[in-house]
Amino acid sequence: MLNQLTISELTVKLATREVSACEATQACLDQIARVDGKIHAFISHNAADALAQADAADKIISQGGSDARRPLLGVPIAVKDVLAVKNQPLNCASKILGNYISPYDATAIEKLKAAGAIIFGRLNMDEFAMGSSTENSAFGLTNNPWDVTRIPGGSSGGSAAAVAADECFASLGTDTGGSIRQPAALCGCVGLKPTYGRISRYGLVAFASSLDQIGPFTKDVRDCATLLGVMSGVDKRDSTSVPEPVPNYVAALDGHIKGLKLGLPKEYMVGGLDPEIKAAVDAAVKQYEKLGAEIVEISLPHTDYAVAVYYIIATAEASANLARFDGIRYGARVDGNDPIELYSKTRGAGFGAEVKRRIILGTYVLSSGYYDAYYLRAQKVRTLIRNDFLKAFETVDAIVTPTTPTAAFKAGEKSGDPLQMYLSDIFTISCNLAGICGVSLPCGFTQNPKLPIGLQLLGKPFGEETMLKLAHAYEQSTTWHKEKPSLKF
Amino acid sequence: MEYEAVIGLETHVQLNTKSKMWCGCANQYGSEPNTNVCPVCLGLPGVLPVPNDEALRKTVLTGYLLNCEIPRFAKFDRKSYFYPDMPKNYQLTQYDKPSTANGFVEFEFTGDGSVNGLARVRITRAHLEEDVGKSTHFDRHSGLDFNRAGVPLMEIVSEPDITSADMAYAYLNALTEILHQGGVSECDMEKGMVRCDVNISVRPVGTKELGAKIEIKNMNSFSGVRRAAEFEIARQIHVLKGGGKLIQSTRRWDDVAGITEQMRTKEDAHDYRYFPDPDLMPLAPTDAWLAEVKTKVIELPLARKQRFVRDFQLPAGDAEVFKSNVALGNYFEGIAQQSKNPKAVANWIINNLLAKLAELNAREKSGQEALGLEAADLKLSSLADLKFKPEALLELVNLVEAKTISSSAAQQVFAEMFDSGKAPAVIVSEKGLAQVSDTGAIEKFCDDAIAANPAPVADYKAGKIAALNSLKGQVMKLSKGKANPALVGEILERKLKS
Repeated sequence: MLNQLTISELTVKLATREVSACEATQACLDQIARVDGKIHAFISHNAADALAQADAADKIISQGGSDARRPLLGVPIAVKDVLAVKNQPLNCASKILGNYISPYDATAIEKLKAAGAIIFGRLNMDEFAMGSSTENSAFGLTNNPWDVTRIPGGSSGGSAAAVAADECFASLGTDTGGSIRQPAALCGCVGLKPTYGRISRYGLVAFASSLDQIGPFTKDVRDCATLLGVMSGVDKRDSTSVPEPVPNYVAALDGHIKGLKLGLPKEYMVGGLDPEIKAAVDAAVKQYEKLGAEIVEISLPHTDYAVAVYYIIATAEASANLARFDGIRYGARVDGNDPIELYSKTRGAGFGAEVKRRIILGTYVLSSGYYDAYYLRAQKVRTLIRNDFLKAFETVDAIVTPTTPTAAFKAGEKSGDPLQMYLSDIFTISCNLAGICGVSLPCGFTQNPKLPIGLQLLGKPFGEETMLKLAHAYEQSTTWHKEKPSLKF
Repeated sequence: MEYEAVIGLETHVQLNTKSKMWCGCANQYGSEPNTNVCPVCLGLPGVLPVPNDEALRKTVLTGYLLNCEIPRFAKFDRKSYFYPDMPKNYQLTQYDKPSTANGFVEFEFTGDGSVNGLARVRITRAHLEEDVGKSTHFDRHSGLDFNRAGVPLMEIVSEPDITSADMAYAYLNALTEILHQGGVSECDMEKGMVRCDVNISVRPVGTKELGAKIEIKNMNSFSGVRRAAEFEIARQIHVLKGGGKLIQSTRRWDDVAGITEQMRTKEDAHDYRYFPDPDLMPLAPTDAWLAEVKTKVIELPLARKQRFVRDFQLPAGDAEVFKSNVALGNYFEGIAQQSKNPKAVANWIINNLLAKLAELNAREKSGQEALGLEAADLKLSSLADLKFKPEALLELVNLVEAKTISSSAAQQVFAEMFDSGKAPAVIVSEKGLAQVSDTGAIEKFCDDAIAANPAPVADYKAGKIAALNSLKGQVMKLSKGKANPALVGEILERKLKS
């Protein structure tokens, strides 16, 4: 089926005009119509607009417009509901934004459009990207395509599920503590969190500004490299984007990993790790050895503090970032007799429980008298965590870990226990705190039920090239990425 | 018991940058509401701030003008509080790492606390932040205008070195004069470009401990600051003398009633939850960048005034005019160095040139207004538009000094050169205004005057010395104003006494 193709397969067929962008887009729309009632990856999508963009792409293709400057010409890509796309709804899976329509494009979206992509659909997520299961959405649950009684992970659950269910050729997510890699692992696709500063955050509705990054969900590593290349680069609208040259990530996928050193952090192979996951990761490590990589045990001694540090820094930043949603200038408003009452009512009705919990937590840790004990100390420990990684990277080229401690859990299983939910990000959080890059790719399945398992590679700051080279080499020596969920409901 | 006041000021000054602090929107006063806005300054979901380099430069320049240190590390913090005119519900400001610190302002002041006619107020810091929007309250609703939101705003915090309302007033005038002449702000009070919070406490004379700090918020005129401070000092002393207690609190000034009223006490003070803005990189100015900013530092107004008095022996009043009117001062300085009598040059500029220019401007204004031009569009002549070169004025002064023309003739020459731009010497010869110092000719005029005016002659001889003036006037008339008046007096006296 057309919608099952990877981007690299599709673009060849588009360029040779074996298929049209309209057909490719229609194939996605048909798949959505067929399966999204059960998956519910999309909050909304505008079929007419998607087809109009496809039609425009077909015109360019017919005029011979397929070239290296437009590597995504005619490729339908869906977007997490936290990224601004001009004239499309932007809700962050929250009630508080009401019927808000973004008047501008995020920089990453602008770059995808310039590369020819068809940007369609708003993908479900945890409200304001706060969560690990997509259960915190004001627009209902998203279900895991491999088992619809289970969660797809989060917060970019819709982005992962839509790619896994072939409802789009690729999607965008955001990753603040694992929100791309964890759902990618649980849904069996490739998900990459770039180095902090690699992709502009302009147009990404901030959860935690010092941790957030935009990244792609794709069906294989090559497509991931393509999207990363298109979206990367310094942006004058984001002071935290870094003027580091953007290499040709696709060209780096040459399979030459002989002699590269992979670090295995001993702190990541401990209690709570599901035996099937451990077995799959052990097998992947063996596979790497077979491919010529050298495995080195390393230590990241401050790993234990990562979750605590994360929930102080992320919530502190969130408490200020979400202050703008006040019902005054845009979004939903519940009126009051004075501004304070208006704020209370609007925010009381507009935000969900998890968002409120984190705003309160963040407000607390920044409060006068607590700042030094919480926020300031957390920042210091954050530096130690970053130093752990920088030290490790003096001896290894990348680090290999499981992406998650367990495979996809059942909906409702952890939603009553925020702490248990927070621990599902235990392997992914440090990467954001350290500002390095990470990617999750399929490395096997649990037996019963059959659920995807993710392998996480962590790379040096701006070390995406080597990280993707390693990911690609493993992927090409296995067949996990080719497996598809049955989607027979 | 005698009490003394301790006053510190927090002065907010809008920078005169082309664009706003974090986006490219125009920093412009008086536009239609919500026309200078974009996603960034409206705080729409997903936007990020990008610092305006011009604003950073003008803040550091301010630091240099206020004798501050410029730290090599500064940063922006988020100050959180909810208010409808604040798009993000946090304000970006520099909390604990400002761009400038530890300076002072020196200014002329003769009241208490001054030394040799000067006072010095230490500056804690001048830091950069963003302005907020503007609320307008109607009968049943409020309107918000975000044109001002995100305009770069500098906060200049003084140490509590001010001891009276008059000193606060003098400090504010000196501070804004420096900022205006330094090119960092237009300091237009009427457009809200300068706003001020006044911190006042009182304590028994001779004690060191500070009394309860009481803040008067949001003053928008310097005379208001002076009145409010006068009232508040008296109020606090009255409370203490009556055995009452003062507590740390915030008050508002009612300009009509002329009193301060309590707004809130320390107990309900905000917790602003400051933390470093993760959307912005810390500021680490380089040597080259700082050196470039430094090239924009001007001579401070006070130093300039002192120099004019010292180097040109100007009276303080003249030097003051040249201090507050920079263009005029430059005009003066351009020719004064070549003059033997800079004082006379100053006199001509301040008394004659300014008056002529004012007359011309008045004519231009009524002419252009008759054509329907708005006040903002009027094009009035300035020093740069004068028809004559500054050197011509110097020449004119020299002609008077050399007694080539009389001072009354000089007025005619000046009027002519102002209108036509002709050189003074040309005008003098064209109009035959050169002074007559030929005694033969003057003797003749004197004889004629004495013969034709027997009455004043008789008066003079009868002892009425003043009658000589009348005869002098006659001689001047006969000479068509060209006779050297001093010679005329001498010759007349000699003739009448003989």
